[in-house]
Amino acid sequence: MKRRIFVPGDAGAAAVGGDRVAAAITDAAKRAEMDIEIVRTGSRGAYWLEPLVEIETGRGRVGYGPISPSDVPGLFACGFLDGGRHGRALGDPDAIPWLKRQTRLTFARCGISDPLSLADYRTHAGWKGLERALTLGPENVVKEVAHSGLRGRGGAGFPTGIKWKTTADAKADAKYVVCNADEGDSGTFADRMLMEGDPYLLIEGMAIAGIAVGATKGVIYCRSEYPHAIAVMNTALAKAREANLIGKRIADSKYDFDIELIGGAGSYVCGEETALLESVEGKRGQVRAKPPLPAHAGLFAKPTVVNNVLTFAAAAWVLVEGADAYHSLGYGRSRGTMPIQLAGNIKYPGLFEAPFGMTLGELIDDVGGGTATGRPVRAVQAGGPLGAYFPRSLFDTPYDYEAFTENAGLIGHGGLVVFDDTVDMARQARFAMEFCALESCGKCTPCRVGSVRGAEVIDRIVKGENRAANEALLRDLCETLRYGSLCALGGFTPFPVLSALNHFPEDFGLARERAEV
Amino acid sequence: MNQLAWSEEEANTIIAAHQARGLLPVLTALNEAFGYLHKDAIRLCAQALNLSRAEVHGVASFYHDFRERPPGRHVLKLCGAEACQSMGGDTLAEHVSRKLGIQFGETTADQSITLERVYCLGLCACAPAALLDETPHARLNGETVSALIDEARQ
Repeated sequence: MKRRIFVPGDAGAAAVGGDRVAAAITDAAKRAEMDIEIVRTGSRGAYWLEPLVEIETGRGRVGYGPISPSDVPGLFACGFLDGGRHGRALGDPDAIPWLKRQTRLTFARCGISDPLSLADYRTHAGWKGLERALTLGPENVVKEVAHSGLRGRGGAGFPTGIKWKTTADAKADAKYVVCNADEGDSGTFADRMLMEGDPYLLIEGMAIAGIAVGATKGVIYCRSEYPHAIAVMNTALAKAREANLIGKRIADSKYDFDIELIGGAGSYVCGEETALLESVEGKRGQVRAKPPLPAHAGLFAKPTVVNNVLTFAAAAWVLVEGADAYHSLGYGRSRGTMPIQLAGNIKYPGLFEAPFGMTLGELIDDVGGGTATGRPVRAVQAGGPLGAYFPRSLFDTPYDYEAFTENAGLIGHGGLVVFDDTVDMARQARFAMEFCALESCGKCTPCRVGSVRGAEVIDRIVKGENRAANEALLRDLCETLRYGSLCALGGFTPFPVLSALNHFPEDFGLARERAEV
Repeated sequence: MNQLAWSEEEANTIIAAHQARGLLPVLTALNEAFGYLHKDAIRLCAQALNLSRAEVHGVASFYHDFRERPPGRHVLKLCGAEACQSMGGDTLAEHVSRKLGIQFGETTADQSITLERVYCLGLCACAPAALLDETPHARLNGETVSALIDEARQ
């Protein structure tokens, strides 16, 4: 009997030896004359266990991890193809507590199925959302998404139903659905994991959006730093087109909808939706003034839905399981689940999908197990390079859009980057300004020039030059950036800077009581 | 990486193959094929897409990926973003820069490696991370990154 062995082909697993492990297993099986089939899945997201090898046995799946190529002979010796005992054996992967306590909606298939197999996707409830969308019709699809309470997962948290309705109501000869896969925030990798591990889900979500708003053309804008994701997505698009799931009269319906992938070229600001649209149009990634909203005049000035990868994926789930099922999960006005990404200096890093409402402390200490270095956690940056640094004193903050906003922070795209007590927070504040200067599109003066001046002012504070006056100047500059920039790059750079200054003034050489908390 | 020597004829073929999708895919394809954007590439793109050379130059100079000079045989992109910083990324960057004897954005004298900074590879759960050509590497330390460099330079 042919034995199936699952080895993640995800870039994160490949980066820690996944491809070499797969090759070592193939070689060893050949030498032992065993008939095996290696399936390259996505990752389950438990990255400290990667490469995580799974075997299909009569009793279900058995996992082994983390496995290095040198472990492979030992695995064969212990009879791992029958779930044999081994020091790295993990038992049933679904029963690993870190995975078991999650609520996997968006990432239900990721790490389990063969990402590029259409048959596998269908077996695991694929295309059911599209089928239901075709039955419901555009108006009811928009209503369903609105009722689910789904909010944009890119970072801004705008209600998806309202965005879709605005685009659906707009009158035009052409409309577009654009997927923002320019996941540039440090500490985030959910879009990458989904595109590499379950690409048809994104295609299905976009097709549903296309039907809902009356668009016939979709664009996925994926950053160039993700060559693996681009390759998987392009193959998935070709296979879906061949199976008539995108293209003309999709799934034998009356709707046309095709998708094209455009690669970015290394620009953080292109993750901002209007800069992204400029980039797709072949221009410099410069931010546009709003209004007009992209829903009225987006790509090539046509009504355009711009959503993040995770938003389209969640919308597909909503269509399959219904709005009520999604809405029943969550906290306050943050409904459903969030794929939270635990990153940086953390013991159990990875993707943890859970309903909104867990506290920051639970996520970092309980789920994440504290730091990887074993030192105390000093700060957590939530929401990428434009997100605030949270000290331990704010660890009771519930994971929720509004609660994070109240604490002068943001959940953004769901990344949490942990730092231990060796971190220099003045240096982190300076980096936020440097990064803004490096990535500014140049349109708004506060962002373009203010970021450069900001780094200089922080240097002066740290050097002890006129500390009080320079601190006041830095705060004033942050206010100018906050209110004088068109987009979040300039507008939110003050979050990391001011949170570092307010919560960790001693790193700037300032006394604690003098800093305004 | 297998890069072509600059050829106007080759460049025109690439432009023709991608121009229906717009300027960004054209520039990306040229940058990938030759490793950089030759100054004549700007003129050829402008002619083919009916744009001014200033417009094409504006786009080419906006994006970090597009190089003005040919890179070395390999490109090492080391992540400098926060998640990698939290796991000693800055120290690793200094180590790599010292080992290669070059700064970020430069190429070694033997033309073997170009060292570039990148801000996030989405490998933040296995920091610090790097991309050598198109192969990802993570959980790096001084020793493993040195081995990677030595292997690439052989």
